[in-house]
Amino acid sequence: MPRKLILCRCEDVTADDVAHAVATGFQSLEEVKRYTGFGTGPCQGKECLVAIALAVARATSLPVTSLRAFTARAPLSPTELKQFAALAEEPEPGAALSK
Amino acid sequence: MTSPPKRLAGVQGPLPASAELVIVGGGVMGLALAYNLAVRGQKNVVVLEGSYLASGASGRNGGGLRQQWSTEMNIRLMQESLEICGAFARDMGINVWMRQGGYLFLMRTAETRAQIERNIALQNRCDVPTRLITTDEARRIVPELAADRFLAASYNPTDAVVFPWPFLWGYAGAASRCGARIYTDTAVTALERRGPDYVVTTGRGSVTAPRVVNAAGAWSPRVAALLGLTLPDWPARHEILSTEPLKPFLGPMVSVLESGLYVSQSTRGELVGGITMHEPKTNEIKLGSRLSFLGAMAQGLVEVMPLLGEVKVVRQWAGPYDLTSDGNPIVGEAPGWPGFFLCCGFMGHGFMMAPVVAKYYALHLLGLETHPLFERWRLSRFAEGGTEAEGMIIG
Repeated sequence: MPRKLILCRCEDVTADDVAHAVATGFQSLEEVKRYTGFGTGPCQGKECLVAIALAVARATSLPVTSLRAFTARAPLSPTELKQFAALAEEPEPGAALSK
Repeated sequence: MTSPPKRLAGVQGPLPASAELVIVGGGVMGLALAYNLAVRGQKNVVVLEGSYLASGASGRNGGGLRQQWSTEMNIRLMQESLEICGAFARDMGINVWMRQGGYLFLMRTAETRAQIERNIALQNRCDVPTRLITTDEARRIVPELAADRFLAASYNPTDAVVFPWPFLWGYAGAASRCGARIYTDTAVTALERRGPDYVVTTGRGSVTAPRVVNAAGAWSPRVAALLGLTLPDWPARHEILSTEPLKPFLGPMVSVLESGLYVSQSTRGELVGGITMHEPKTNEIKLGSRLSFLGAMAQGLVEVMPLLGEVKVVRQWAGPYDLTSDGNPIVGEAPGWPGFFLCCGFMGHGFMMAPVVAKYYALHLLGLETHPLFERWRLSRFAEGGTEAEGMIIG
């Protein structure tokens, strides 16, 4: 695999970056996410998670099926703040919205 | 050939049978303490982390470093913490993306202003250059502010933000190079006193040590309960969000004192921030994300800076604050449990305090020097009733 191959296009994480993270001691997808930043951009891992998981599996010699996906974060896709602001019913920020 | 990378993560494997000191919790407090002990020559330090590094509150916070506190001890501690953070990249060889853009606190009421004026006088006596400024001056610092919605602001240009994760790897890597051993995925399942020692049992075996430090943050009451010791701190979910990256435009961390809203721009360009969400007191650690937080935070942000309505939220997450009834932490040896030390209850502000607290904690454990924080933040104060409350707890 070319070392400069970009696996996470949002955060420019390369195959080499993943191999380096594993060599530094990060073995799980949660840790590799934090060390490389993969999956923290606009796609939130929807494009890159499988490619990175395969690269981590190769670098760790672990079966890819033993790797757990990182915790998915809301919202499902990037959403303008004004859409969420319109949901708020209370006039004061900080007031609990869940009844 | 380049040299192999330094190991920055913890290790997994069987535990040693014994240690001089076991630290429960591989968050910033436990790792910074391990480093501060090991670098001063303490042998056989073992850190036990139940999950991975940065899995708890240390990996979930907003990375703020401020000196705008309401008690002199906290102001002075944070001055020193900021100095340590400023040298961290050089000393530890890892970039922590520190940016000294200041903190701008907005306030709505005269009551808040009166309290903030008292705080500023105290901060100025400690040589922190905080100023009470008008909303017009605030708008010169952040032109996007809807400043007419506020009464005044307090501004200290020397407060800062950092990227939290590299702090953990920096401390973990440096502690390991000094001989400390850091175990991840190694949750403590039992704690037992045996003669002068404690037997700490995990899924990877047991380790016996004469001294144990409970630095488990929001999990610290559970760790203490394994011994039969009841701690008065409790966990509270705090939610946070991150937006798409924007061109750098926001100098300071901006916070609204009455709502607990805070937002800063990271060096990656994202806006990162949270807001107080009132929740019933519970002993459960809840880390789920809620739509109601997005609503409250979005409304608060758009009120402070209306043009942010067009900015997209990319993700939200939550971390646990570790709260106490007087806004102060819990440190020192637990009465009745010789050798069992507490380092918890940091009120959601442990990340910024860890660099300096860990230094004084190490000096205390090594018998080299003690600090007034061990008197002020002792566990027995809750029964005796007598520590000045800290008023500047945000979020």
